[in-house]
Amino acid sequence: MAEKTLLHLEDLKLHFRTGKGAVRAVDGVTFDLGYQEAVVVLGESGCGKSSLAKAILRLLPRNVDAYSGKVYLEGQDVMPLSDEEFRYQVRWVRMSMVPQAAMNSLNPVLKVGDQVAEPMIVHSRMKKEDALAQAAKMFQNVGVPIDFLGRYAFELSGGMRQRVAIAMALVTLPRLIILDEPTSALDVLTQANIMNVLKRVKKELEISYILITHDIATSSELANRVVVMYAGLIVEDSDAMRFFQKPLHPYSQMLMASVPRLRGDKEPEFITGQPPSLYNLPPGCRFADRCPLRFDACDQDPLLVEIESRRVACWKYV
Amino acid sequence: MNTFKRTIQDIFQYPSAVVGASIILVLTILAVVIVIVFPYQKAVDLWRAGEDVWYRSPKNAQPEWVNFFRRQDLPETLFLSTLEGTAAKTIKPVTEDLTQVFISFPIDYNYDFFPQELSIYFKSQFKEKKPLVTLTWVTPNGEFQMANFSIRETGTYRVSQDEKLKRKLSGLPPQQALFVDLKAPVLSPVKGPYELRITGNLFEKDATLDAEMVLYGQVSGWAGTDHLRRDLGIALLWGLPVALSFGLIAALGTSITTMIIAAVGVWFSGWVDELIQRITEVNLVLPFLPILIMVGTFYSRSLWIILGVTIALSIFGAGIKGYRAIFLQIKESPYIEAARAYGAGNWRIIFRYLLPRIIPVLIPGLVTAIPGYVFLEASLAVLGLGDPVLPTWGKIINDASNNGALFQGQYYWILEPSVLLMLTGLAFALVGFALDRVFNPRLRGV
Repeated sequence: MAEKTLLHLEDLKLHFRTGKGAVRAVDGVTFDLGYQEAVVVLGESGCGKSSLAKAILRLLPRNVDAYSGKVYLEGQDVMPLSDEEFRYQVRWVRMSMVPQAAMNSLNPVLKVGDQVAEPMIVHSRMKKEDALAQAAKMFQNVGVPIDFLGRYAFELSGGMRQRVAIAMALVTLPRLIILDEPTSALDVLTQANIMNVLKRVKKELEISYILITHDIATSSELANRVVVMYAGLIVEDSDAMRFFQKPLHPYSQMLMASVPRLRGDKEPEFITGQPPSLYNLPPGCRFADRCPLRFDACDQDPLLVEIESRRVACWKYV
Repeated sequence: MNTFKRTIQDIFQYPSAVVGASIILVLTILAVVIVIVFPYQKAVDLWRAGEDVWYRSPKNAQPEWVNFFRRQDLPETLFLSTLEGTAAKTIKPVTEDLTQVFISFPIDYNYDFFPQELSIYFKSQFKEKKPLVTLTWVTPNGEFQMANFSIRETGTYRVSQDEKLKRKLSGLPPQQALFVDLKAPVLSPVKGPYELRITGNLFEKDATLDAEMVLYGQVSGWAGTDHLRRDLGIALLWGLPVALSFGLIAALGTSITTMIIAAVGVWFSGWVDELIQRITEVNLVLPFLPILIMVGTFYSRSLWIILGVTIALSIFGAGIKGYRAIFLQIKESPYIEAARAYGAGNWRIIFRYLLPRIIPVLIPGLVTAIPGYVFLEASLAVLGLGDPVLPTWGKIINDASNNGALFQGQYYWILEPSVLLMLTGLAFALVGFALDRVFNPRLRGV
């Protein structure tokens, strides 16, 4: 693991227990994230993207069946930490998160200023005035007028609420922020605004992002790197430039083909079928059933192979 | 603050709430004033005092304002005393060893009904020889000697118990016969000036004699009196702060603890929730009133003990089930998960994220619960388990029913505390319903 690695995941697994058996939501994910890097995690719904975020931040629901692997943060193995230690040393101190549906993640009975100050009060045992001052600074950073500090979440527009949620993730000045679909449910203009905010904040506060989305077009603005997940596994991991020009994995190619283009006659394509259910997965490539390029080798588990410093899990490239 | 103001404005759009709130305001101010002006110890002492304090009031007298509704007035109580200077006393030394004292109690009797009783209380100081007194009754038509007897240091003379006088007045009860013309065909009070003269013969040089006369009427005070001559006003007034504080403390205590326990159960779930639910279910089948009666019978009837037991029994009350349902829903909100994500501890989430959400449901429930506890206290008192020291509304009703108030037509005795109880209940109910409509607008259509 290199010196400049901020986050290093090794064979991270998160399985849920359900009535039908174990759901393998994250099934052995390995990847590195550098300082000030923005990784976009792409994939259809139900690919384990949000579960990956939860696994990294150890925000586990009650029905966890298996949670294993290694998580190194700035070279420190954080897996052996107890839940309390993790809460006080890692979560929201060194990495934080903008949760999915961030607009609903604000407490309706707290003023947004207090809400943003909450992590400071909880973690640094800061005085309320100091925490509010810090919150005000973060409001400026994400472009929320400071007089909004005294408002309630329901008095804010969706875009503003999203910014507040981002401010809340920023307020403890972490190294890494995981954004779980930060722009879904926003209109296009607001999406662009939020993306600009994220870009600026990244540069100013030297932060790395893990951006979970299925909005390929919007995320392309921010991404240095792209990770494509399918059925709980990484199928492709590539720098953004080359990914958007020429995705390697057939699934990535079909994802890219499904993005509507502004110019040209090409109709957006869609991928037939749906991702496999995550219990009782048969051996072999998990995408094989929907893959137009399927051949005999696909009946065995593919490995992540490295091609020109890109990684892809497809027998085609072996 | 703004929201608070808006809520208040919303509430006052309901006329019923305005009425209810005004009643509560008046009752509260009254309660505070009563407690300040008429301290606890004084009220308790007066209420528990006996005949020697209350001898100036009639027994079971109706309130004075009943005369306002009657064509013919009921007699009021007349109290005259030489000790307080409301009656004339002349001292005339006759010889060295004999002094005569003349005391005059003028009575202007203008009522169509008879008084309850006529009593004279003597106080005298002497060494050996008892003074001898002669009582003369002067009516508008003439005068006659009622009685003569010797007295001790203190003595009480009640005309109704003087058998000799009764015989003299052709067998009629003296307290009535003294006011009638015995020769008239209809025995009704003769109106006009009367006088009771006392002539005391003191056989020692330094002896003194004083007398107090009470002509007991049939009305007394603004609230009437009970069987022990006590002014019901004391109990009616002091019952108010007692009832309000009991209701408020019980309602607050039970709602808040119930809410917190429900939130704790929901948040920690697992065995904690399981335990709380089972305790609640067991607690729900326990009969509430019989347990309170048992505590009252075998342990203590102190109001504050009963209050404590009430709260203790209600902590795991039915409220838990309702609150739990709401909390289960709130617990799944994204903002709770967000709070967990940024590291808020369990208790911070419970107190800052879960509990505030339930306040809109809690407040109307709390307000409507208050009269419930006021009535509970009253019902315990009616069952004879009221606080032995404190005067309360329930205890008045208890006294009244024990002494057959309704059989004897003493309606005021029952009605006064009942009306106050109903008024209190009504006020809180009116405000509570309006609050419910303001806080839970979705129920408005229902």
